[in-house]
Amino acid sequence: MPQMSMIEAIRDAMDVKMAADENVVVFGEDVGYFGGVFRCTHGLQQKYGTNRVFDTPINESGIVGSAIGMAAYGLRPCVEIQFADYIYPAYDQIVSEAARLRYRSGEQFTAPITIRTPVGGGIFGGQTHSQSPESLFTHIAGVKSVIPSNPYDAKGLLIAAIEDPDPVIVFEPKRLYNGPFDGHHDRPASNWSKHPLGDVPEGHYTVEIGKATTFREGEDVTILTYGTMVYVAEAAVNETGINAEIIDLRSLLPLDVDAIVKSVEKTGRCMVLHEATQTSGFGAELAAQVQERCFYHLESPVVRVAGYDTPYPHAQEWDYFPGPARVGRELKAMMETV
Amino acid sequence: MSEYKPLKFNVPEPTGRPGDQPDFTYVQIPEAGSVRRPEIDVPATDIKDLATTMIRVMNTAGDAVGPWAEDIPDEALLNGLKAMLRTRAFDERMMTLQRQGKTSFYMKCTGEEAIAIGHKAALMKGDMNFPTYRQQGLLLSTDYPIVDMICQILSNEKDPLKGRQLPILYSARSHDYFTVSGNLGTQFIHAVGWAMASAIKGDTKISSAWIGDGSTAENDFHSALVNASVYKPPVIFNIVNNQWAISSFRGIAGGDKATFAERAHGYDIPSLRVDGNDFLAVFAASRWAAERARRGFGPTLIEWVTYRVAPHSTSDDPSKYRPKEESDAWPLGDPVLRLKNHLIARELWSDERHKQAESEYDEEIRVATKEAESYGVMGAGSSPKDMFEAVFEDLPPHLREQRQKMGV
Repeated sequence: MPQMSMIEAIRDAMDVKMAADENVVVFGEDVGYFGGVFRCTHGLQQKYGTNRVFDTPINESGIVGSAIGMAAYGLRPCVEIQFADYIYPAYDQIVSEAARLRYRSGEQFTAPITIRTPVGGGIFGGQTHSQSPESLFTHIAGVKSVIPSNPYDAKGLLIAAIEDPDPVIVFEPKRLYNGPFDGHHDRPASNWSKHPLGDVPEGHYTVEIGKATTFREGEDVTILTYGTMVYVAEAAVNETGINAEIIDLRSLLPLDVDAIVKSVEKTGRCMVLHEATQTSGFGAELAAQVQERCFYHLESPVVRVAGYDTPYPHAQEWDYFPGPARVGRELKAMMETV
Repeated sequence: MSEYKPLKFNVPEPTGRPGDQPDFTYVQIPEAGSVRRPEIDVPATDIKDLATTMIRVMNTAGDAVGPWAEDIPDEALLNGLKAMLRTRAFDERMMTLQRQGKTSFYMKCTGEEAIAIGHKAALMKGDMNFPTYRQQGLLLSTDYPIVDMICQILSNEKDPLKGRQLPILYSARSHDYFTVSGNLGTQFIHAVGWAMASAIKGDTKISSAWIGDGSTAENDFHSALVNASVYKPPVIFNIVNNQWAISSFRGIAGGDKATFAERAHGYDIPSLRVDGNDFLAVFAASRWAAERARRGFGPTLIEWVTYRVAPHSTSDDPSKYRPKEESDAWPLGDPVLRLKNHLIARELWSDERHKQAESEYDEEIRVATKEAESYGVMGAGSSPKDMFEAVFEDLPPHLREQRQKMGV
């Protein structure tokens, strides 16, 4: 099986869909001739032409808004917002238009668009190249949100997103583009070629939207997480020796509630873990779901480990980023709660 | 001592407030027929003057004059007049429905009927319109069922949008009418995307974008123009300048000294400024822009100069912010009367036929209203089950659970 980085897997997903469906078009800032600032669309314009892959003005509202118009016509736009930190100018188009087109039109018009956007920190990106704004979108009725943590899922989820009849935002953890990252910034970075999840099948396959996966089986505590934090959780487990079950949610909306309940009922404890700021973050929804559904199985309070409620700092990157040490401390404290 | 005087903060004011005499001296009105008609492949830079003048066809005697008067079929004019009467009758009846408490909300387009109806007449089946809430003429000039429109307004059991949407925010794909959003300006860029798609697929369909003077200040106005400037898709940008955005006059949108048509120039988009109450001018300019788009010469922007005669909505009282007599003093007159006089002068129409048509449409809409009311008023007959459908194509687990808890 071919080895791919997450970047190559994402590019391959678009290649597969563009070859199979001539209505799939790809556009965004610098995605055309140059192939994207992260190389995710490298070579696609040469292969499919400027009618199918093209550069846009620096106007996120225009990117998403024109994609909605194209979708109303019958195309399948897969657009890129260069950083999730810059998705806000398109927020009105996503929330007020893409998410509601089907509902408000009595299904006469739909918006089967895919919005790809690099997300997350751990790269010294500072305030505007590190944010994790997923909860601003999971709060919106009518739009799906997914976030892969490895090349296999990235390709499968992106193909599923492009084929999905509803708008899907694919948050791509840019820290994971080239290799897994467990928060140990002081150690050499590894790359996907040495990781089993870097094995990516050729051609078409999908990862179902709305389904979580058990990243690591365990008995003592459930860690609900996604994106880069999957590997941070794994490192914390290895370093503390606590036998945690790590659930990689993959899909935030729809959420795989059954997988969450099954795991927490088994372990009796739950940590929710994400990079995004804590207050009203997606972890609050996860904690509430667990409290509502698993109350009588819980042996300790649900714990949230998240980014602090501050803008993402530059110099204090590793104080801010919820690394394995912090996750490990919280895990130990949880296990000591009777 | 500073050599500089204190700076002053500028907040534009309209020429008249309640109690003042209307003052429209700011509206420069050239003679009908005096503005030239360029070839459809004209570069934007060659017609910059057309953004500061006004294309007009009907003169004060009601005659059609000048280059824009050529080849306008009688049928388009007769159908246009009828559709304007039908629209006016519809607006009146729906206003009454709101006053009777049978619907929560309505918005009239009185005085602006010629624009949507004349424009629609110049398009072809399959050309998609991306309207605002004030282009009901796009539907009422077609065979779209009036009963369906009223059912939407009543949010009843036969509402095509199943009670989910505020009255008048219609959606009619079958009649090339994109779903109207409450969020202003958003659809302007949708129209561009649709036109880009048509060009990408090598189609021959075009799209029409609609926006009001006030909403040109929204970001998506710029998004649309910059994308159109770059990709040259087959789109027509319609700015309906009715002088008012609720209580704010056009100056608050930055349109006091500069025209809205002039905004196209920085984007290399040809633009026209047209008498929006002159049905012949509306039809001729729309046909020019449509032909230009369909032949692959790219976008056109048109500022339609008109006046919002009615209150902004049933929730608005214009006597609180503008002179009461302002609408009567509007120098471009009433689009219905002007077309009526033109057709009578040409012996294609008469006062009797006009009266007869008025009562026919009044009756048609009365009957349709009665039928629509039989399916429920003010949301009666809508189903709470429909509330959960169509958020997504398939009902996801969390919505299924919420629906089950509700017991529907």
